[in-house]
Amino acid sequence: MMKRDQALKILGSRVSDQIVVAVFQTCFDWMGMYPRDLNYVATGAMGQASSHGLGLALASPEKMVWILDGDGSLLMNLGSLVTIGEAAPANFHHFVFANRTYEVNGEHPTPGKDKVDYSGIALASGYRHARCFSDLVELENNLDSFLETPGPGLAVMHIEAGEPWPRDYEYIHSAAARDRFRKAISQN
Amino acid sequence: MNNQPDRQSDSSVACPSGRAIIQQIKQAGIRYIVSVPDIVTSDGLLWPIAKDPDFELIRVCKEDEGVSICAAMSYTSTRALLLMQQTGLMDSLNAVRAMGMDYQLPVCMMVGLQGKEPHLKPAQSRANGVRIIEPILDVMGLSHRLIETPDSVNTIAADINRAYRASSPFCFLVGRSPI
Repeated sequence: MMKRDQALKILGSRVSDQIVVAVFQTCFDWMGMYPRDLNYVATGAMGQASSHGLGLALASPEKMVWILDGDGSLLMNLGSLVTIGEAAPANFHHFVFANRTYEVNGEHPTPGKDKVDYSGIALASGYRHARCFSDLVELENNLDSFLETPGPGLAVMHIEAGEPWPRDYEYIHSAAARDRFRKAISQN
Repeated sequence: MNNQPDRQSDSSVACPSGRAIIQQIKQAGIRYIVSVPDIVTSDGLLWPIAKDPDFELIRVCKEDEGVSICAAMSYTSTRALLLMQQTGLMDSLNAVRAMGMDYQLPVCMMVGLQGKEPHLKPAQSRANGVRIIEPILDVMGLSHRLIETPDSVNTIAADINRAYRASSPFCFLVGRSPI
């Protein structure tokens, strides 16, 4: 099991000009640690990160797109795995931060929390590759290989809460956040 | 989707031309069509679009995926149209509310009104699922236009252009099957 902020630090050590779509506590932590213009934080409705990521990946095939999803979020949009498998964008890298709870909604357990195999579902849905990361050394040693493999790829990140950043909902839903991303994507 | 085999054909009313609608969509610079199949628009729009090399068709499993795809694409000024049935619109209202209304992104939708009687306006329909659509869009503040007669297709490109210029959503309601 990895602390989320520690896992994000390893991802952050590889980030440059990628579009990063993130949700809920992972989004707040990522924004706090890496306040970048190409952070896409306005996913609007729960579960929609993967679909936003697909739209961005298809519209900007020259950019790498990272989706920092949650397991509870993905459960709301499992069909998107099939849509993404069919569209098959090579620049699509999907990380599912699996903490097995609805963390920001009272920490209730997700359905099937100890049973669901997200990497298996992804492969069965047409993703080109999928795997799990359970400890930081394994992530550090294998992340480059994961990112260099053409997508769509999915990595299940088995995590628990780390050092939490403030839940800045006002910012993620703000026009300023959307304008910041829009300006950045138009210049890149 | 709805499996009811209602093709809404009625020889006593004039139907819109699918070819004219597609021409308007192209004129508006739409390249991506995102869709869950709908029986009202299947033969006249979706099948021709699926075979047209000018379009990229993204087949989604559920309509709210399409709302997000169209919304995300708009950040790069990539134009897309979500083609679906009113049941899918109803299922996607939270995504439409968030991306279209709260975020003011130009999500353009074309919605077949499955079950609407060809000779009646949506508000007069016997089908509750049809009758409530326009009032729901009005409550949301979402602009819409009925595509029902041959002439009604003529402003589609202008409506889409306006939606993208204003960065606001727009919904076309297709009341008779395009032919």
